[in-house]
Amino acid sequence: MPTLTIDGIEVEVEAGLTVLQACEQAGIEIPRFCYHERLSVAGNCRMCLVEMERAPKPVASCAMPVGDGMVITTNSPAVKKMREGVMEFLLINHPLDCPICDQGGECDLQDQALGYGLDRSRYTEQKRAVKDKDLGPLIGTEMTRCIHCTRCIRFSSEVAGVPEMGATGRGEHMEVGTYIEKALTSELSGNMIDLCPVGALTSKPYAFSARPWELKKTESIDVMDAVGTAIRVDTRGPEVMRVLPRLNEDVNEEWISDKGRFACDGLKRQRLDTPYVRRDGALQPATWDDAFAAIAENLKGQDGSSFAAIAGDMACVESMTALKNLSEALGSNNTDCRADGAALDAGTRAGYLFNTTIAGIDDSDACLIIGSNPRREAPVINARIRKRYLMGGFKAGLVGESVDLTYACDNLGAGVETLNEILEGKHAFSKVLKNAKKPMLILGQGALMRSDGAAVLGLARKLAEAYDMVTDGWNGFNVLHTAAARVGGLDIGFVPSKGGLDVAGILDGAVSGKIKTVYLLGADEIDTSKLANAFVIYQGHHGDAGAHAADVVLPGAAYTEKNATYVNTEGRIQHTRLAVFPPGDAREDWTIIRALSDVLGKTLPCNSLDDVRSRMAAMNPVFGGEELVTAEWGTFGSDGAIESGGFASCIETYYMTDPISRNSETMARCIRALYGDSEGKTGTDG
Amino acid sequence: MLDDKDRIFQNIYGLKDTSLAGAKAVGDWDGTKDLIKKGREWIVDEMKASGLRGRGGAGFSTGMKWSFMPKESGGRPVFLVINADEGEPGTCKDREILRNEPHKLVEGALLASVGIGAGAAYVYVRGEFLREAEALQRAVDEAYADGLIGKNACGSGYDFDMYVQLGAGAYICGEESALIQSLEGKKGQPRLKPPFPANVGLYGCPTTVNNVESIAVAPTILRRGATWFTSFGRENNSGTKLFCISGHVNTPCTVEESMSIPLKELIETHAGGVQGGWDNLLAIIPGGCSVPMLPRNICETVLMDFDGLSEVKSGLGTAAVIVMDKSTDLVSAIARFSHFYSHESCGQCTPCREGTGWMARMMDRMVKGEMTIDEIDLLEQVTKQVEGHTICALGDAAAWPIQGLLRHFRPEIERRLENRQSIDSGKAA
Amino acid sequence: MSTDEKTIEQPVSFEFSDENREKIKAQLAKYPKGKQASGVMPLLDLAQRQSGGWLPRAAMDHVAEVLDMAPIRVYEVATFYTMYNLKPIGDHHVQVCTNVPCWLRGSDNVVSACRKKLGIEFGETTEDGKFTLSEVECQGACVNAPMVLIGDDFYEDLDEGSMAAILDELQGGGTPTPGPQNDRKGCEPLGGLTSLKDQKGDG
Repeated sequence: MPTLTIDGIEVEVEAGLTVLQACEQAGIEIPRFCYHERLSVAGNCRMCLVEMERAPKPVASCAMPVGDGMVITTNSPAVKKMREGVMEFLLINHPLDCPICDQGGECDLQDQALGYGLDRSRYTEQKRAVKDKDLGPLIGTEMTRCIHCTRCIRFSSEVAGVPEMGATGRGEHMEVGTYIEKALTSELSGNMIDLCPVGALTSKPYAFSARPWELKKTESIDVMDAVGTAIRVDTRGPEVMRVLPRLNEDVNEEWISDKGRFACDGLKRQRLDTPYVRRDGALQPATWDDAFAAIAENLKGQDGSSFAAIAGDMACVESMTALKNLSEALGSNNTDCRADGAALDAGTRAGYLFNTTIAGIDDSDACLIIGSNPRREAPVINARIRKRYLMGGFKAGLVGESVDLTYACDNLGAGVETLNEILEGKHAFSKVLKNAKKPMLILGQGALMRSDGAAVLGLARKLAEAYDMVTDGWNGFNVLHTAAARVGGLDIGFVPSKGGLDVAGILDGAVSGKIKTVYLLGADEIDTSKLANAFVIYQGHHGDAGAHAADVVLPGAAYTEKNATYVNTEGRIQHTRLAVFPPGDAREDWTIIRALSDVLGKTLPCNSLDDVRSRMAAMNPVFGGEELVTAEWGTFGSDGAIESGGFASCIETYYMTDPISRNSETMARCIRALYGDSEGKTGTDG
Repeated sequence: MLDDKDRIFQNIYGLKDTSLAGAKAVGDWDGTKDLIKKGREWIVDEMKASGLRGRGGAGFSTGMKWSFMPKESGGRPVFLVINADEGEPGTCKDREILRNEPHKLVEGALLASVGIGAGAAYVYVRGEFLREAEALQRAVDEAYADGLIGKNACGSGYDFDMYVQLGAGAYICGEESALIQSLEGKKGQPRLKPPFPANVGLYGCPTTVNNVESIAVAPTILRRGATWFTSFGRENNSGTKLFCISGHVNTPCTVEESMSIPLKELIETHAGGVQGGWDNLLAIIPGGCSVPMLPRNICETVLMDFDGLSEVKSGLGTAAVIVMDKSTDLVSAIARFSHFYSHESCGQCTPCREGTGWMARMMDRMVKGEMTIDEIDLLEQVTKQVEGHTICALGDAAAWPIQGLLRHFRPEIERRLENRQSIDSGKAA
Repeated sequence: MSTDEKTIEQPVSFEFSDENREKIKAQLAKYPKGKQASGVMPLLDLAQRQSGGWLPRAAMDHVAEVLDMAPIRVYEVATFYTMYNLKPIGDHHVQVCTNVPCWLRGSDNVVSACRKKLGIEFGETTEDGKFTLSEVECQGACVNAPMVLIGDDFYEDLDEGSMAAILDELQGGGTPTPGPQNDRKGCEPLGGLTSLKDQKGDG
């Protein structure tokens, strides 16, 4: 390990580090703009210049590898002067519009100007003005503020893998943008806003709406997909102003998908803020007592077996636990959390988890993707796969629809025939898997939602076993979920028990009359037309498909409005935190079911969140243990026949997948920007 | 004065046949196979011993540079890249080699490649030199057809390919790492060093980048021997060199002369002297626009070599001598250079992108006299804030001409500003 | 993209001609496998020539496609180098060097000859679309200053009269002889060689 002297202090650091990193380890702050630990080194801002003994010129510490015996000075008058000089250059063409800049208060340029700059400008020439760019509905631009650090450009080509940003022109006329002015197509584009050290790229939906110091910051978890991205919910009064990513190296590093960041305006529209009861064919506002009474009235004399409950994609474990318990108390076995009908087997936890873990992708050397488009289904995980790909020595293959995943991924074939060929060792990719030291497969919901899903699951298990994907210390079998609720639901066994009906059975039963009451816990992604004959209770936060089909609506809380448990696709148990209160009469979800149980005379024995969580732990010990535990391998899936026909991703339109994003104006704008004009275009347009 | 027999470039004016036959007639491609057979080490040692310093401006020992190339490339290809992106104002020597002596470059490329273990050479010719690139391509084609390059070059058993690539208008591509970027199909933005091209160059492979003249003189040096070459010029400044003499002289020209020739002698012997006589001389930029200018008194005695010019705080650069007589508005001249640098800054790093524009604007005001005397100090500070703080040397090159102007002509500038201000105040009154 | 460039009528599509396709094949053979991006500048040049002297967006996109590059990387290159014209230009692109070595020897007169003859300023094109006048940086012919680049050729050792004569000839559909417009062949001193005297100069 090389030893170097920084400002007279001897430090021993790992070889391969840069001088800047060594300084950080020594507790010495080095100002920087272009440097970012997750991006390639650009060395262009020159803010991190330091003096190095025997070097004729100051060196950019972000780009200089450490060497044994190096003597670095960061606190000399010369270094101070250099920093003042660079700051002055950065500011001469930077507008003095901090009072109207959204970055104000969280701006690297502001902070470092204060710390390292001069107190006035000596520049009296004309300042440069740069035309703003149109990057689509998510990112607002004020390009005169751009300091050309190229972080956004490097992010788009390196991390996002969608090289759309660039710097055109040269010298002081160099401009950052897409050149052709089109909406960005990356699902991770919003991260450029966070990366931008100045106010050149800002959040368009959030523009001019708040100042950072007015915001209350609540650490939470994103539920717009099943990644479990760590987020910070920024609120002012009763309103969610914005969602930002938090650091979690094991899950999202510091990235967040655009839906996770920008769909939050959907939390303000079409909210259920009071109970409703259907009277004379129309849903009418009601009191909680009325709503519960209507349910009790309906259930009177009904046999438990005609009651069914379906949990939707955003349901928290607490509410599913309560509903599961209530169903049991009513004598019903008809519970299912697999609203999409995916043939997941709740019996073997390893059979429905992303066992490799997200961070584990870094260790893999081959990946077989089956019936999934991870770029749409879990953009952050897709970025992790891309990161692995860029490290080299990694091969990916896809069985399903041919899509651009941002990394080289061979399309191996469309469906089951290809999987069988791979299993039998007859496919070219068989060799890749055979030679791989740590092979993995990713099974998408698209492959499991089919009627033969259980057989596909069984085949995937056989593939994993045939290619030694499950060994000591490595499990390469992965189910990629898209619903934040799903793993938690499976963990507490929110599936049919003892002859109970699954989602398809419940819906058919509702048509046939066998099922008389259906309790939808935020379940909107089902065919509600089949529910016409049944009494439908909808509990959720948005007036979406489920509420429209309901006879009684119970207003629940969205993920930003409750302390709730979600288990991500890896099986990681995480908690959202209440950032704002649910609107109007809406309530935290488990308490609704608890209150209803009372009215129904089946009082659930839990009076606090702790009680519910104890129930969860009783139903599955994982809830009482560590955040993430390795799941035991087992047998799951079936041997049944599989139909021919290709696998498709379960997500068609990335920007709208759930009640929140469907009600987000921002997401609607994204769809219009990316797909909108293509329909109206005629041959003469182009 | 250098004897004609000791001039390497016997056809620099293109007055003779420039084809392969003509080139062979003046001694090119003579015994090349034997030189190759002497081996890599011999070539590098001989080049080191010759004391040849890079002719592109930086003046780093060519042999030394070659010796930095890894002996084992670990299976990676090795490249020679020849910098023919000549664009330093005042400089037009490589153009003459490309169009009139292309075979010296082709033969030199082969020998240099043997010296560094390269299998291929790319010549990056500035885009505006289309005719010159065509001339070079003709020579490359002739050499291929004659078996001089290609598989088993000159029958030596050495395989060597040579390609000509055109630029498209960017001075910065004369910087070696920017040139490599451009060759790879990117914007010509200089790379951070380390890593150096010898380790990570073109396509990430070991690469040596040399100026056209450095490569073109190599065959003659190897043929006539290092001692012959060192017999010209002073120690550490050896050899002969192409000088371009432009501006206010009677007969501007490019000429090969001995290193360390007195500047005055160079101008009087070959360029017909300063227009209006030596006493009409105001200042000379001795090495292309990037080096600081010299006032007449220094020009009187200074020797045209690396050390001589660096002693007077200027530099040999590309040995492009720009002569300015007393009719010249030096401030305007330097302002023009400042605009040049601002225009040619790649925009990558902060001090250069922002500083070159700032300097150019201040120089404009100085031209017009719309500047206070205090601002001269500010201008100088800005040049210092740019110098040494950039990724490549363009920042330094933008700073030095202004520093040279201020160093030698500050009183004149102050007088100019005062006059202007008194005119203004007169108007105001 | 400047406002200027945006308002230009852009052709819908661009395809390389068969002849250029052949040239591209030969060009790309110069680079190692997988390094075809090296061909972006030569291909942009071909595209520009095929499009009548400028680079429409469709041409840049086509080059990106041929080379399997992200279009933005091609836009970056096309906007970085000054020889790519992003808007249409005249038949004759007259590029006058005004850098110091040319300026010292009278490039101002050359510029004024162009202005007078063509009636346009730098950056403008004559109404008949024949000439575009540009100011350029040093072209590397400083001992033959002042000079202009017209199309692919250098015209050197100019003065107001010879510049005007060249423009006249072009206007009349002729092809003026490139090179020095005085009595020398190249960069040798005018009026007699001072070295290599065995070589008979034309001058």
